[in-house]
This record gives sequence, structure tokens and C-alpha cells, in this order.
Amino acid sequence: MSTPVTESAPIPARPLPAHYRSTKVRRQRVRAAWYFLTPMLVTLSMVAGWPLLRTLYFSFTDASLSDMGDPLFIGLENYLVYDNGRWFGVLADPTWWQAVWNTAYFSVVSVSLEVVFGVIVALILNAEFKGRTLVRAAVLIPWAIPTIVSAQMWAWMLNDQFGIINHLLMTFGIIASPIAWTADASYSMWAVIMVDVWKTTPFVALLVLAALQMLPKDCYEAAEVDGIHPVRVFFKVTLPLITPALMVAVIFRLLDALRVFDVIYVLTSNSTSTMSMSVYARQQLVEFQDVGYGSAASTLLFLIIALATVAYLYLGRKQLQLGGE
Amino acid sequence: MNSRQLSKLTARLGFWLLVAFVVVVAVFPFYYAIKTSFTPSSELFRVELWPTQATLANYLQIFSQRSFLQAIFNSVVVATSVVFIALLLGITASYALGRVRFRGRTMVLLVILGVSMFPQVAVLSGLFEVIRALNLYNNPGGLILSYTIFTLPFTVWVLTTFMRQLPMELEEAAIMDGATPWVTITKVFLPLMWPAMATTGLLAFIAAWNEFLFALTFTLTDSQRTVPVAIALLSGGSAYELPWGPIMAASVVVTVPLVVLVIIFQRRIVSGLTAGAVKG
Repeated sequence: MSTPVTESAPIPARPLPAHYRSTKVRRQRVRAAWYFLTPMLVTLSMVAGWPLLRTLYFSFTDASLSDMGDPLFIGLENYLVYDNGRWFGVLADPTWWQAVWNTAYFSVVSVSLEVVFGVIVALILNAEFKGRTLVRAAVLIPWAIPTIVSAQMWAWMLNDQFGIINHLLMTFGIIASPIAWTADASYSMWAVIMVDVWKTTPFVALLVLAALQMLPKDCYEAAEVDGIHPVRVFFKVTLPLITPALMVAVIFRLLDALRVFDVIYVLTSNSTSTMSMSVYARQQLVEFQDVGYGSAASTLLFLIIALATVAYLYLGRKQLQLGGE
Repeated sequence: MNSRQLSKLTARLGFWLLVAFVVVVAVFPFYYAIKTSFTPSSELFRVELWPTQATLANYLQIFSQRSFLQAIFNSVVVATSVVFIALLLGITASYALGRVRFRGRTMVLLVILGVSMFPQVAVLSGLFEVIRALNLYNNPGGLILSYTIFTLPFTVWVLTTFMRQLPMELEEAAIMDGATPWVTITKVFLPLMWPAMATTGLLAFIAAWNEFLFALTFTLTDSQRTVPVAIALLSGGSAYELPWGPIMAASVVVTVPLVVLVIIFQRRIVSGLTAGAVKG
């Protein structure tokens, strides 16, 4: 990668400001900026922009994995079509709606739990105590473990016959007989949520911890002098001050949770009781080879995530404006 | 006085219990995986917290499989290449975005942020086509290309944040001396960017090492797989005879380097994550 070497600017008598604003240097810099951006923009359009457009296009065709060459344009049939007295398409598929519900449920529950636990862990890590560095390293471990590996580790611990979790719960007399955590529809969603919360709480905790460490010390000293209860101080002082960081953590986690794939795929495969929108879309695309239909599901997921982002940013801004000073 | 001391003591005790609980919850699954990986398969049906017998059989078994070694090799190649590409494209792009004012800069930043929010599955079919067209299907090259979708936006974003914090005087001096932007980047900024590059590089490496969906979809044969897929598919047999010992051994092998890296670089990682998220 190289940029054209333009002749160097003449050295002026009166230095910086005038020189820096000289249009020649500025033009050179702006041109260089675009040269520098081009490789990145080309790569991104090749792996993101163009594929997204193609996915959108495929969703209106009957493309299949074995023959993606010249698919037939079929309009909205992949989404919804009325044929022979029945509705067909993604939007008429109860499994899709189940996947939507699963994903929404998973996202709301696990992100809420992660925020609550993340704040608690961050408060602990923010306190001064011996061995804090060690504890922080320990807390980071779940985050460092690949999702697939953590899913397998938990699958083993949640194993219905030889799993340690059932063993412990039975030893303490909490349950009478082993639970098939990942196979039983009434428990599998909770198993998935548990693994996700375990893995990603450290991430939220780190973001909150960073915010906590930037807080001004003086209001805490004032609160201590006034003898205000720490819990009250937390809700009246700390929480409002870390809200922006929390909102960032929530949006990051929410976007991740809405597109969740690997935890669910490894823990419960294609079981409909935990299937997320991503799992559904991939199953249609790859296993059933139906690229058109799968692309329609992918497009809907993309729209849902885009919508969620916009709504979240809009509401967040509004709330900050109302709540802020 | 006495009751005050008592309540202080209970508070401290409660705090330490809480710390102990958090540490146990965070570490136990990994400990248990390590313990299982050393347990002989005949002992797996006896659930125990502490190892009573230790064996290397599970490790010998996975390392005697050529496909597992190949998967590790593939993962190393893919993750390293992805980091290299992301840093190379990221450093120049972040110079442009962090230090130059030009029309459309906000637009570019918004596009980058948008891409980092993509659900991977939304580009799956389109990307599949691109990879096939480039003849990269079932080839680590296809994974290297596809992984830039999540490593590149993130790298650019974090490096831009770092780039912005560098003092203006440095660049002004370089301009005074007649340095071109390319020279400014390589001779002035690059030496100062190493810490930031190490952090983003490490985070990109972890992300690429852990990726599953693309690796699962864009590879077909054992010899082209990466470790996450290899581990996920180890359990592909019958539902009642999962080779838990070898699965845990493989999991430990894949995870230990990451855990060590994360613990060594934890300060850097924290600052990298927060630079990317909070300040962004």
C-alpha cells in the first residue's frame, strides 16, 4: 500500500497555524485519508455490504444451496404467501415465531441478569482489598473461554446422569431425581441462559468497573460524613453516574444476545424449545439447503436487530435528556 | 461499641463470602473441565469433586488424532492472519478517521459501527456465494476473509480512539518537516501505537480463535476445520456415548493459552475493551 509522494509544502516564515491550515497540506491530508480508508472500505463491502445485499436478494428468490447460480425471482413467497387455502412462508411458520419468542426471552432475561450480576461483581472489584488483582483475573476467566468450550463444559456439568450439578443438587436434597437439563424443554432455556450469563457477566463487570473508577471521590466522602446509608448512596449517586456505561454494556450485550447462535447450537442443537432466530435461519440455509427461505429469515433477523438498535438509541437519548441535568 | 464492632465484622465476613462465591462460580467450571480431562473414562460415571485417579489417556487420545492437530494449526493460521490484516488495514484507516477532518468522516464511522452490529447469519448466504466465487470454500482463506467482518470494524474503532488521544504537536512537527501522511504514520505514530495495537490484536485474536458459525458453515472436511468446530463435532456421535474425557481434554488445550494470555494482559484488555465501548 503506498500513497503518491506529493512535493513537500514550503516552509513558511510564520509557523504552525497558518501553515497547518494551508489548503495544500489539507488537501494532501484529505486525499491521503481516502487512500488510507479505501482498503478497509473495500474489504468491508466485500464481506459485509455486498453479502448483505445478496442475502436480501436471495430472500426474494427460490435459491438453494446446491444451485445458487441463477435463482428464480419469486417475490415475497419466502416471507408470506397464500396458497390453496393455507398460509406459507417464514411469517406463517410457527417454528419461526417460536424462535422469535425464544430469542426475545433469552435476550431480555440473560441481559438483565448479566447487568445485575455485572454491577455486583464490579462493585466488589472496585473495593480495596487484598488479592483484588487475583480476584479480577479469576473473574475474567469465563470471558476468556471460547463459547463453544464453555458450552461443552456446561453440557458435561449439566449431564443428566453423570453431571456434577445434578449430583450436588441431589446431595443437598434440593432435587429428588436427576434433571435432564439440556434435553427437557422446561429446563433447557434456563440451561442456555445460565451458560450465557456465566460467560458474559465479566464483560459487563469490566465496563461497569471502568465507569466506577472514573467516578469523583468527593461525593462519597460527603455522603460518608453525612452518614448516608451505602445502599442509598448507590442508588442516588453511583447508579445515575454509571448509567451511560451501563447503557453501552446493555446495547453490546443485547445485540449479541439477539444474534445468539453457538451456545444454543452446542447445548441443545436444533431443539425447537430453545432455537434462536440465528439457529433457525442457519438450519434453513445449510441443513435444509433452502437459501431463499433461510435468507428471508436472516433478513427478518437483520431488520429486528436494526429496529431494536434504533429504538434503544432513541429511547436511551430521550431518557438521558429527561433524567440528566 | 461492641455491637458496632460485631456489625462491622459481619459486614466484612459477608463481603469475603461474596468474593469467595464469585471466584468459585467463575473458576469452578474450568477447574472441573481440567479435572475431568485427567479422569480415566471408567471413572467418569462416579461424580467426584476431587480427582482420585489421574491419567493422561484423554490427552494422548486427542493428540494422536491428526485432525485435531490440524485443527489447532488451522486456528493458529486463521487467527494470526486475521489479526495481521485487521491491524494493517486498521492502522491506516484509523489515522484517516482519527486525525484528518474530511467530509463523510462521520458517515464512515457510522458505517463501521453498523457493520459491527451485523448478525452474522444475515450475511451468511451472501458471503457463502462470495467465498465460493473466490474459490475459498472449505479453505482457511475463506475464514480469514469472512472474519474481517467482525475484527476489522472493532480494530478500526478502538485504534481511532487511541489515535485521537495522541498529541497534535507531534503531527504538526512532522508536517513542518514536510513528512507525507504515510511517513507520519509509519515514523511518528506507529512507534507510539504499539500498546494499542497489542491490545486490539489480542482481542481480535481471541475473537477469531473463538468464532464458530462461519467456521462451521464455510468448512466441510476435518482437515480444514478450526478448533471450536472440531470440539463441537467431537460430540457428534450418539447421544448416549459422548467421549467426555477427550472433549474436556481438547477444551482445556484450546483454552489454556487464552486464559494465560488474558491473565497476563488483563490490564491492557480492560483498557482496550473500555476504549472500544465506553468512550466510543
